[in-house]
Amino acid sequence: MKKQIRLRVNGMDRTVEVAPRTSLLEAVRDQLGLTGAKLGCDMQVCGACTLLLDGKPVSACSFLAVDADGSELTTIEGLAAGDRLHPLQEAFMDCGALQCGYCTSGFILTAKALLDEQPRPSEEQIKDYLGGNFCRCGCYQEIIQAVKKVAGI
Amino acid sequence: METTEIGKSVRRLDYKTKVTGRAQYLADMSVPGMCHGKILRSPYPHARIVRIDASKARQISGVVAVLTRDDILHDQGIEPFYGPVFKDQTIVAVEKVRHVGDPVAAVAALTVDAAEEALRMIEVDYEELPAVLSVNDSLKPGAPLVHESVKLPASGFADLAELKPVEGTNICTHFRLNRGDIQRGFAEADRIFEDTFTLPATQHSFLETHACIAQVEPGGRITVWATTQNPFVVRTQLANIFKVPVSKVRVIVPYLGGGYGGKVYPKVEPITVALAQKAGRPVRLVLSREEVFYTITKHAAIIKMKTGVKNDGTLVARECEIHLDTGAYAEIGPRVAKKSGYTAAGPYRIPNLKIDSYSVYTNKPPAGAFRGFGVSQSAWAVESQMDIIAAALKIDPLELRKQNGYDEGDKFVTEETLRAVGLKECLDEVAKSIGWGRMEQWNNGTVEQWSRGENIKRGKGIACMIKATITPSISSAVVKLNEDASLSIYTGTVEMGQGSETVLAQIAGKELGIPLETIQVLGVDTDVVPYDLTTSSSRSTFHMGKAVQLAARDILRQLKQIAAMEYGVPEAQVTFAGGKIRLPEAQLDYSDAMFKRFGMQGGTLVGEGQVKTSTKNEFGEKSTSAFWFLAAGAAEVEVDVDTGRLKLVKYATAVDVGKALNPLGCRQQLAGAAITGIGQALFEEIAYDNGQPINPNFVDYVLPSLGDMPETIDPISVEVPDPNGPFGAKGIGESALIPVAPAIANAVFDAVGVRIKDLPIKAEKIFLALEEMKAKAR
Repeated sequence: MKKQIRLRVNGMDRTVEVAPRTSLLEAVRDQLGLTGAKLGCDMQVCGACTLLLDGKPVSACSFLAVDADGSELTTIEGLAAGDRLHPLQEAFMDCGALQCGYCTSGFILTAKALLDEQPRPSEEQIKDYLGGNFCRCGCYQEIIQAVKKVAGI
Repeated sequence: METTEIGKSVRRLDYKTKVTGRAQYLADMSVPGMCHGKILRSPYPHARIVRIDASKARQISGVVAVLTRDDILHDQGIEPFYGPVFKDQTIVAVEKVRHVGDPVAAVAALTVDAAEEALRMIEVDYEELPAVLSVNDSLKPGAPLVHESVKLPASGFADLAELKPVEGTNICTHFRLNRGDIQRGFAEADRIFEDTFTLPATQHSFLETHACIAQVEPGGRITVWATTQNPFVVRTQLANIFKVPVSKVRVIVPYLGGGYGGKVYPKVEPITVALAQKAGRPVRLVLSREEVFYTITKHAAIIKMKTGVKNDGTLVARECEIHLDTGAYAEIGPRVAKKSGYTAAGPYRIPNLKIDSYSVYTNKPPAGAFRGFGVSQSAWAVESQMDIIAAALKIDPLELRKQNGYDEGDKFVTEETLRAVGLKECLDEVAKSIGWGRMEQWNNGTVEQWSRGENIKRGKGIACMIKATITPSISSAVVKLNEDASLSIYTGTVEMGQGSETVLAQIAGKELGIPLETIQVLGVDTDVVPYDLTTSSSRSTFHMGKAVQLAARDILRQLKQIAAMEYGVPEAQVTFAGGKIRLPEAQLDYSDAMFKRFGMQGGTLVGEGQVKTSTKNEFGEKSTSAFWFLAAGAAEVEVDVDTGRLKLVKYATAVDVGKALNPLGCRQQLAGAAITGIGQALFEEIAYDNGQPINPNFVDYVLPSLGDMPETIDPISVEVPDPNGPFGAKGIGESALIPVAPAIANAVFDAVGVRIKDLPIKAEKIFLALEEMKAKAR
């Protein structure tokens, strides 16, 4: 029993057929071929699978695709405007806010949601908002620095 | 475009593809016709397999192949036993299962759902056997044996040749180190300290789980895409298992989502290849998070340390017994135990030693390499006891370390001479960073000089370490100078986040005087790149960096020949500067020389570089390590004396990097390793119940997150160049992790006077120790 859902993904209308149990992450990775979001813990604690659903971060590993029907979805692939990268992408590179890169799309999208909500967050707010994303390589200091750089603080 | 510089921070070459989500990790890849693999795992820590019936599983729609012991035992084309040191592992369990999660069968199916359904239909009858679930149980006389016998490989690692399992026991290996006269040493001591330290099994917790895509062509040609840190070792092991020459095995490694030692040696590759062979089509197998905890862990350890000291603080004798829980399979445990043994004296001159380091089989998931490789374990004991000694003798812990610590030219425990030793510089740097330097009275929990409030006390602690790199080893590199003077670099070094691509390109760029933007570092493919032993042991910058440097020089040699011949000048008059060839009367671009040589816009110059280290150095002296890692860490903590709550306020880490080729990259590696160390020190621990890991997930197995970070982590690169490293560089990947736990434990002692001897340092343990201390004081 499959259900057809409609999504606006990175500004393009897409239709996918999913089973009721298909996660949003599976739909995006396996059916749309957008593999920037990663499966890390599969239980909504590591943040590697973060996508922006109507601008808000969701753990796509634990979010049913059918519940996203009709929503607007932003993935890491949709962040750059052509060749021009998003300021967070530039700042992550400048500050060295990644090593293996597996957590990076999740961090950047979560940080984008934070800055969209709160353009000039305090360091405590940054730590709090990004507290649900793990970086096992340990780039936390550089990640905070990168977010601050974009926020101009 | 600027020519490449060394010692200047550069933006990593792998960044753009990673921040845009384009970088392909293994689970992002697929091949045409691919099906999906799943593994059936043992629910018991130790059991005999009485019967396996997979007939119902084979009936499930979409199932392509089911693999059981029958397939590997009765196939002439498969050698069922493998393992990096001993051949004690099998692709799937044969006679018995030895740990919870041991693979019993595997399924390949058109969909993941069908594979999972098939797993449920495989019938297995087990006869449960008594299990040994701790080192202590395992060593009891008459304990059940994890392995009744262990097959030794025909040829193995040269440095492990003397280590063998002890027949009729669960002792996997026993490494001995004796030096001087231990009895006389203790007789000379004024004070003797005896302590036991323990630390639990932990998990690497790379965010990318182990995964593999395997395909076997009808002619027997095997291709695997693998999440491995050592593709050439995997190639050798697969060639042995599937009885083909190594040329018939191709291992391709995409970017890894972290490794930290947990992706060395075969993991899921043998079972995926066996499945693909049986399925007759490619198979992709991606482990779940839970399965990673069954696949590899860090060794839990019990370390008994007895140290004799003069009243002036001089260390004179040490007896040390280390038991490392290597789990159900040896994996690389024997070498981990050896390295623990070598470093049980720490970075200190101790003339009399008796060290016994054991790897011990238990019915738990296998333990193997983990960033720090045995030294995390030994240093926890060494550096904790240093502060116990310092407190008893009322000597500043920093001074005690400097008094006994290695200097340039000292003899290591193996009697070889240590060179390029930046230990004391590291100690001084971290001490300075956290503002070390209070010693008017020892803070035993009654002095409140560090208290900020009623119940909060502050303390500072320091620790240091020495570690070796795997020796002997081999790294080879090929570089190709293309017709437009751009460069392609071919190496077997795996980019797993450590920044190797960038550093290798920097080295070649500097050597050739060309811009970083014109250099491409190719991905790892054993069909294409020359041999490299492994991306581990913090060895790639030193070994592969040097190989790339030599390969670049090989290109310069060829360019020099071409220019001399084409322009009729002696080679001695041809020089290089700024990416150009200088002749007495002219200046040439590399592309001009190429054009001259090949007569058209085309052609390739191929340069080759090889580094081979041996157990003898260039002076003919014994050498157990091609270079030495020295590092120190210092912590400042706050402890709540009412609750035991511990807060890490500041952490400083200094590593002797030799030469910081990419300074930002060094800071990332240092701070990153320190953060992993913070997790190991404060909360990481795999909890077992009757051999079953009960927290194999990231909700219950806690990783450090932003909320756990101290106010500052200060990564400091100390530069004492190694003459054999490229531009003096050494390896840095592991060093910063090792001192973290003892530095924090020492800071806790400094703050409140309690000594925690078993990791992790949880508030509960501090609380209970404080309660005990308060009860005694009443």
